[in-house]
Amino acid sequence: MKRKSSLDVHNLTHAKDNSLPLKREYSLDIHHLTRVEGHGNIHITVRNGKLLDARWAIVETPRFFEAMLQGMSAEQVPFLTSRICGICSISHSLASIRALERAMAIVPPPAAEKIRLLAMHGETLQSHALHLFFLIAPDFAGTTSVLPLIQSHPEVVRAGLQLKELGNEISTVTTGRCTHPVSLVVGGVSKAPDKQRLLQIKKMIQERKPALERACTFFQSLTIPDFVRETEFISLSNGTTYPAIGGQLVSTDGVIKDENEYLQMTNEYTAEGSTSKFTRLSRSSSAAGALARFNNNHHLLHPKAQEMANRLALKPICHNPFMNNIAQFVECVHILEDAEELINALLDMELSEIRTHYTPQAGVATGAVEAPRGILYHHFETNNEGRIVKADCIIPTTQNNANIHLDVQAIAEQALNEEKSDEEITKLCEMVVRSYDPCISCSVH
Amino acid sequence: MNPINAMKLKIASFDFTCCEGCQLQLANRESHLIDFFELLDVRNFREISSERHDDYDIALIEGSISRRDEVERLLKIRQQAKVLVAFGTCACFGGINSLKNRFPLDKIVRDVYGDMAVETLPIRKISDLVKVDLSIPGCPVSKEEVERIIVSLATGSQVTLPKYPVCVECKQQLNTCLFELGEICLGPITRAGCNAVCPAGKTACLGCRGPAEEINMPAFLELVQERGLNPRDLQDKLAFYNAFEPLATDET
Repeated sequence: MKRKSSLDVHNLTHAKDNSLPLKREYSLDIHHLTRVEGHGNIHITVRNGKLLDARWAIVETPRFFEAMLQGMSAEQVPFLTSRICGICSISHSLASIRALERAMAIVPPPAAEKIRLLAMHGETLQSHALHLFFLIAPDFAGTTSVLPLIQSHPEVVRAGLQLKELGNEISTVTTGRCTHPVSLVVGGVSKAPDKQRLLQIKKMIQERKPALERACTFFQSLTIPDFVRETEFISLSNGTTYPAIGGQLVSTDGVIKDENEYLQMTNEYTAEGSTSKFTRLSRSSSAAGALARFNNNHHLLHPKAQEMANRLALKPICHNPFMNNIAQFVECVHILEDAEELINALLDMELSEIRTHYTPQAGVATGAVEAPRGILYHHFETNNEGRIVKADCIIPTTQNNANIHLDVQAIAEQALNEEKSDEEITKLCEMVVRSYDPCISCSVH
Repeated sequence: MNPINAMKLKIASFDFTCCEGCQLQLANRESHLIDFFELLDVRNFREISSERHDDYDIALIEGSISRRDEVERLLKIRQQAKVLVAFGTCACFGGINSLKNRFPLDKIVRDVYGDMAVETLPIRKISDLVKVDLSIPGCPVSKEEVERIIVSLATGSQVTLPKYPVCVECKQQLNTCLFELGEICLGPITRAGCNAVCPAGKTACLGCRGPAEEINMPAFLELVQERGLNPRDLQDKLAFYNAFEPLATDET
């Protein structure tokens, strides 16, 4: 939903008067950037050695989910909102469910909460593996896609496929399907995972931990571009566990808000020429995602994940956006360990009480979850039949857009000053955008 | 020349108004993935590759159409593609995006963007604009079905979809019928091929694969009525993916 329109993100600028002796002329126009979800463009213009313009433009077709949700019954809402995204459908489903349960005072059974958490782990693992091995690995290896890597880096590709498959399998066992979950419902889950299949995924987790080790060797070998632009990192935080579903909204600039105060955390605004909106908090931009979660909650990662962070030189508070890739990998280590513990707990539980039956009622609440790409808010107002009167969804990539935009400017400027070639500037700009793992259809929804 | 390479399908994947979840299924079933891509010469697939070539034979079209630039892009693809595939429910039927068509366009733009002008057209399915050679329904498509169809195309065999309803696949698994649990399920009228994934997870089929062939709609409506189930719920479910004709009696 729109709240402010007076700000134009394209007026936010880091470009300074940086005349260069070479008086370079350069213009970059990337239409529909590849290896990202959705449609975004990068435009850069250098005239007379000066960076005239550098922008990240979102041209994705809007689908108008907030309008489509109007009148929808609470029961159907998660099946609609999961379709906001083909990668993080479980997160959307759970953000909706959390908002509706809070609005209608429904408490899901403890077993359902564990099943949901395990489902989120599966989704984040497949999403991170897709991004790390399919979308960004080709940049570091100098290829156009993962396909040539099947020949040149078979071990890395195999590790990536093993982790991605494991993530999908966890989601399938917990929610019935890896994309667009079927058994996540308001009140709990409609069907408990089969214990035999839980045992199978536990075995898969144990067998696939060595894949993380093989991948670690690859990530240690990467040259991470030397680029830092200080920003504000926003994530959920609950003080006791690494965040996933619900909690306080916190930032590295010290802001702390309640979940229902999400509007004060996002201050969403529209920008001409962009079908995605933008957000801001204490500065002109902020960042959400794995690096934000790490920067705010690193001490709550599993010790093995903390060890992996050390091995890959990831230290809080890290302001290099390329390290979001490394933070995602560190989270994969955490997920494998935590998923194993969750499965053990579920195997010890009676999985008979999994769904709280409820009477629809009028209410209003926010549901916030940590989707793979960062904090995701769904906010609903229901009528006394439990149908949606008003809906608002604020997406992680929406919260990253201003940061991406300013990073593109800053890295283009830095590369110009370092007298990098046109090709190098192009590649760095593409890579900095990809490091956020943008989910553009999602951000526009 | 490698005779096997020469037989690879020159394929491209394009996305329009959608979530890109169907394309993403192409990267699933990871243990079969390397063999699957062996059958394909990927000419254009923006989501996973920076290679862009226009010499494809098969075009997978994901999503529905809701902007003028999309219409132009689609027409261009139609000129190139020998086989144009409507890939997924949004492409085949309009999908969930069609729920937008319930409201005036200026209202939805105002609701979401306020005063900012944003172009949008009523949602259209792919066959509303160009000839579709093959439809693969599903929200999302089933990778197993896509693999089977790709193999059929590579070997020149006939591509078929199940003609019978989801109910058949559901009964084979001995699932509890959702009607027995007091819910309306579109399994009796929806085309099978998904392995009844939703009713197997104890949630109602919402008909993402569209009508099965030779469905008995009057008997289905009678079943809903006999059991005293909520007509508005039925209407909502039939409208969810825009894959069924609206009921004449329910039009308001």
